[in-house]
Amino acid sequence: MAKRKLVELAHARSGDKGDTSNVGIIALKPEYYPILVKEVTAERVKEHFKGVCLGKVERFELPNLGALNFLLHEALDGGGTFALKADPQGKTYSSALLRMEIDVD
Amino acid sequence: MIRIANGQGFWGDSLEAPVEQVRRGPIDYLTLDYLAEITMSIMQKQRSRDPKAGYARDFVDMIARVLPDLVERRIRVIANAGGVNPAACRDAILEIAKRQGIHVKVATVTGDDIMGRLDDYIARGVALKNMETGEPLSKIRSKVQSANVYFGAFPVAEALGHGAQIVITGRVTDTGLALAPMIHEYGWKLDDWDKLSAGTIAGHSIECGAQSTGGNCQVDWETIPNLADVGYPIIEAEPDGSFVITKHAGTGGRVSVASVKEQLLYEMGDPREYITPDCVADFTTIHLEQCGPDRVRFSGIKGRPATPFYKVSISYSAGYKAIGGLVYAWPDAYKKAKAADRILRQRLDRLGLKFDEIRTEFVGANACHGIAAGEPSPEVEPQLAEVMLRVGVRSSNKEAVTRFTKELAPLALNGPPVVTGFGSGRPSVDEIIAYWPALIPKTEVAPEVSIWQNEN
Repeated sequence: MAKRKLVELAHARSGDKGDTSNVGIIALKPEYYPILVKEVTAERVKEHFKGVCLGKVERFELPNLGALNFLLHEALDGGGTFALKADPQGKTYSSALLRMEIDVD
Repeated sequence: MIRIANGQGFWGDSLEAPVEQVRRGPIDYLTLDYLAEITMSIMQKQRSRDPKAGYARDFVDMIARVLPDLVERRIRVIANAGGVNPAACRDAILEIAKRQGIHVKVATVTGDDIMGRLDDYIARGVALKNMETGEPLSKIRSKVQSANVYFGAFPVAEALGHGAQIVITGRVTDTGLALAPMIHEYGWKLDDWDKLSAGTIAGHSIECGAQSTGGNCQVDWETIPNLADVGYPIIEAEPDGSFVITKHAGTGGRVSVASVKEQLLYEMGDPREYITPDCVADFTTIHLEQCGPDRVRFSGIKGRPATPFYKVSISYSAGYKAIGGLVYAWPDAYKKAKAADRILRQRLDRLGLKFDEIRTEFVGANACHGIAAGEPSPEVEPQLAEVMLRVGVRSSNKEAVTRFTKELAPLALNGPPVVTGFGSGRPSVDEIIAYWPALIPKTEVAPEVSIWQNEN
């Protein structure tokens, strides 16, 4: 078992809908997808964004794209024009999630 | 096969992109997305000052540049540039055509603006509840600044059926702009759910301009060729719903499975339920394949019936905000920025100013990623070359927000040392225009298609 940063296994893009941020991560190789499914759970993502994401985290699987999509509710300080954040649309949350360390066999 | 190009990912995107799409290779349709959620309220304000304003002026300037090319190459244009005043946008286009001695047929798709009917809806029990909070619109009715229904592709396809060369719409979905030519050319029906979903996903894959052709792409980003001349996306759509996404030969950027997947995931909710006025598309059915250099083929897409609702985009006034900053330099830049933040807050307290929120971020330390980045290590922290203290406040009290903007600059002389404001002056006080998403039964509104032409 070795620790690896998610950035070595996946790429990502994030966007917004109101106060919800979506973070999609995509396996860089097909064999990495099952690792993402196993390791990058909604609970772990919630913990990773503790204090940033104040609501629940939902996870959706897209096996056809080797991708997972996360919805981070209440993660954008009200969102859009309301937020005082430097990144009110969560555009940089994509690489923020790729900082996560996961266990790989 | 028909070629549908995107020349604009948002209001404020490259002015050259649509011109390049027209001139650097073959396309049949040019689609342009100008409307973000916030845009309608800005345009509403412009129209209240000038009855001939309230649409995307960039679009008119662009048409003035390329109208002869459009006619010569028989390219048809679809744009939601009409904003809250499609009629004024249409008149501006017809005026340009007249001046250039070109005969042109222009269609408008309207009926999306329901601002004048809100009280009637509320009185009849159409509550326009906020989709996120469940609260009825009556709660903020007096603060509403704009209200527009998102129409889909079918009224645009109808306009194309009438022979329009330029279709100007109000609030039509981004995806509908690209789906409409497929409906028009291939005769897709209202219940061809799989094909409508395929066309919707085609629309989603190009709606953000170069974000699917190598822009903002994380995979091997340094090797993506010639982003200075990045090609914007083009769909080659087939009658069966399959399509290829590509870009003009000789342009920069890269169309790869990786670049396309990133765009597909952008602003994604539940991937099995991508809801538009036209259908419910299922992103888990997409099959992608690199079928040549800068060419990615989509196939296998399935979808389900549309819902009985349109989405409504309502904007309303929600108080005031101001955001300002000061930059602290080495040594101990982070420590100084934090000290300045404490001092600033003490002064705001002493002035008795109340805010709904005061938010501090330290740009250069961890402003973007917050806790995911963590604090700079004890070795790194004192050595940071500079850290920007960025403070924002929000309140319904405009005076409090205005007073805040006058408390930052003094810190340059009466706070921690080695600081610059980068000469940006006092921050501006901005009215917050917030967004209220709601649903309305489709039976309550009807799109209107009308055709106009100049006399040349």
